[in-house]
Amino acid sequence: MKALCWHGKNDIRYETVPDPQIEHSRDAIVNVSSCAICGSDLHLYHHFIPGMESGDVVGHEFMGEVMEVGSDTRDLKVGDRVVVPFTITCGECDQCRRGNYSVCERSNRNKALADKVFGHGGAGLFGYSHLTGGYAGGQAEYVRVPFADQTHIKVPDSLTDEQVLFLGDIFPTGWQAAVACEIEPTDTVAIWGAGPVGQFCVRSAVLLGAEQVVVIDNVPERLAMAEAGGAITINFDEESVLGRLQELTHGKGPEKCIDAVGLESHVPRSIDSVYDRVKQAMMLESDRAHVLREMIYVCRPAGILSIPGVYGGLIDKVPMGPLMNKGLTVRTGQTHVKRWTDDLLRLIDEGQIDPSFVVTHTAGLEQGPDMYNTFRNKQDGCVKVVLKP
Amino acid sequence: MNLDRSRSLQGTDRLARGIGLLGIGLGLYGLLAPRSVTRSLGVEGSEALVRTCGARGVVTGIGALTEDPKPALWAKAAGDILDLAALSFLLADRDHPKRGSVKLAMGMVGASAAATLYCARAQTERHAYQGGRTPDYSGRSGFPQGVAQARGAAARSGGARPAALPSPARSPGTRTPASTSRPTSTGYVRGSDYDY
Repeated sequence: MKALCWHGKNDIRYETVPDPQIEHSRDAIVNVSSCAICGSDLHLYHHFIPGMESGDVVGHEFMGEVMEVGSDTRDLKVGDRVVVPFTITCGECDQCRRGNYSVCERSNRNKALADKVFGHGGAGLFGYSHLTGGYAGGQAEYVRVPFADQTHIKVPDSLTDEQVLFLGDIFPTGWQAAVACEIEPTDTVAIWGAGPVGQFCVRSAVLLGAEQVVVIDNVPERLAMAEAGGAITINFDEESVLGRLQELTHGKGPEKCIDAVGLESHVPRSIDSVYDRVKQAMMLESDRAHVLREMIYVCRPAGILSIPGVYGGLIDKVPMGPLMNKGLTVRTGQTHVKRWTDDLLRLIDEGQIDPSFVVTHTAGLEQGPDMYNTFRNKQDGCVKVVLKP
Repeated sequence: MNLDRSRSLQGTDRLARGIGLLGIGLGLYGLLAPRSVTRSLGVEGSEALVRTCGARGVVTGIGALTEDPKPALWAKAAGDILDLAALSFLLADRDHPKRGSVKLAMGMVGASAAATLYCARAQTERHAYQGGRTPDYSGRSGFPQGVAQARGAAARSGGARPAALPSPARSPGTRTPASTSRPTSTGYVRGSDYDY
């Protein structure tokens, strides 16, 4: 079959790889109808995530039709149309029973390695390094889904791929980030990053009833998309983030702050960003933490910082004093996808939200390598790429 | 540019890496063995300047290896041109004892400057944000019934309103002591080795 494979920094190739096989009775093989390039795939593309090996099939946002099942996939049948969550979940371990699916204790087959790096590792993920199990990803014609009886979301034929595809990652990721903020009707929610996850954070905060949703970015078309979704926008190239947030909140600061940027913040004109870039280039830190620092500084005391943006390793110069003295709560983590998808599918089905708004580019899988570049450079107004194998 | 569409890493990306690695190598040489450089160019006593140039080469070389090599490539090209200017100043002295070495160095630095300029320009072109016309996404609200209708809709319906924060303290569902090992409905034993 054909797939997109990682071969090093900036090197994604469209290649022929062996077809996946059923390896376990709970496995299924999915014939991929649509897959997407996620912002966190760019962290792999830029080689910020450790544990990748040359030839690894990438991609963790995908859906399709079940074409083969093992002997123990319960109600999952050949022919079912499914979206596959990016977190692989067994459904039986203590964490899965608590609803903490992204830290499933059994699905990461390289858990010993992950435990060494993180203390305790999280769930297995599709196409996201050998630290998360080394599972082949979904930017491919076919994918083997482990624990398939649990790791799927059945979707009705009445909805298009573009309406449901993002249930596997970015929609529940934005939703979880907003839910973690415990939004009150009087709240201002400030969201850093108007990329795809940031866009879903905006829609989620609006749906959850925030009084004001503010988005911070510098890409005009992304800000326009956020504004269309009900956000007030701040272009950090043109105005002071701090000053504008103070003005919007009568000097009190936003009660809730969401970091939808993660480890690769781009703010060319700030001193701490230059400092981070130099340290990162010298391999003295792995992640750039400008957004975290700014959130800690501007957030209203006793507020909540929610961090769906991906971080991979070590950051420097975190203002721990303000964080502690302001009594801020920090919530973060990979997304417990299955915890949210019933509600989100219902919202889509009821016509409350149509996630296809975020798709700006659709291309064949063979154009994947080019699309990585287009997405990474934000060329041609690119916000979200959907690939059709 | 002739692009190989089946892979994202193109010729100029590889060239940037090569320039970066070479820059680091030559920079380290200048930093660690400046006397060897000054001797071969007949400029003994200028070791501090050579070390500075070496440090500059290491910094721009590392920059050329990052995910955005453009600024480092332009900086390196500018540095190469400065080096060329300094070498041409030496060459202007007809009595300079190492004119041959200086000419050779000028050839090498000139080639490096040309390759770096080409690469910087190609990278800037290939990785440029589109500029120009901004696409109009003002109609992409994602709310078929409008933003006003959507505001607070989920909170009103109560469906997903903070039902379960990602915290063990507020987790839904039945909990089972982690130490308990018992057959599950799928026949596997919790806590046992799953054969992945």
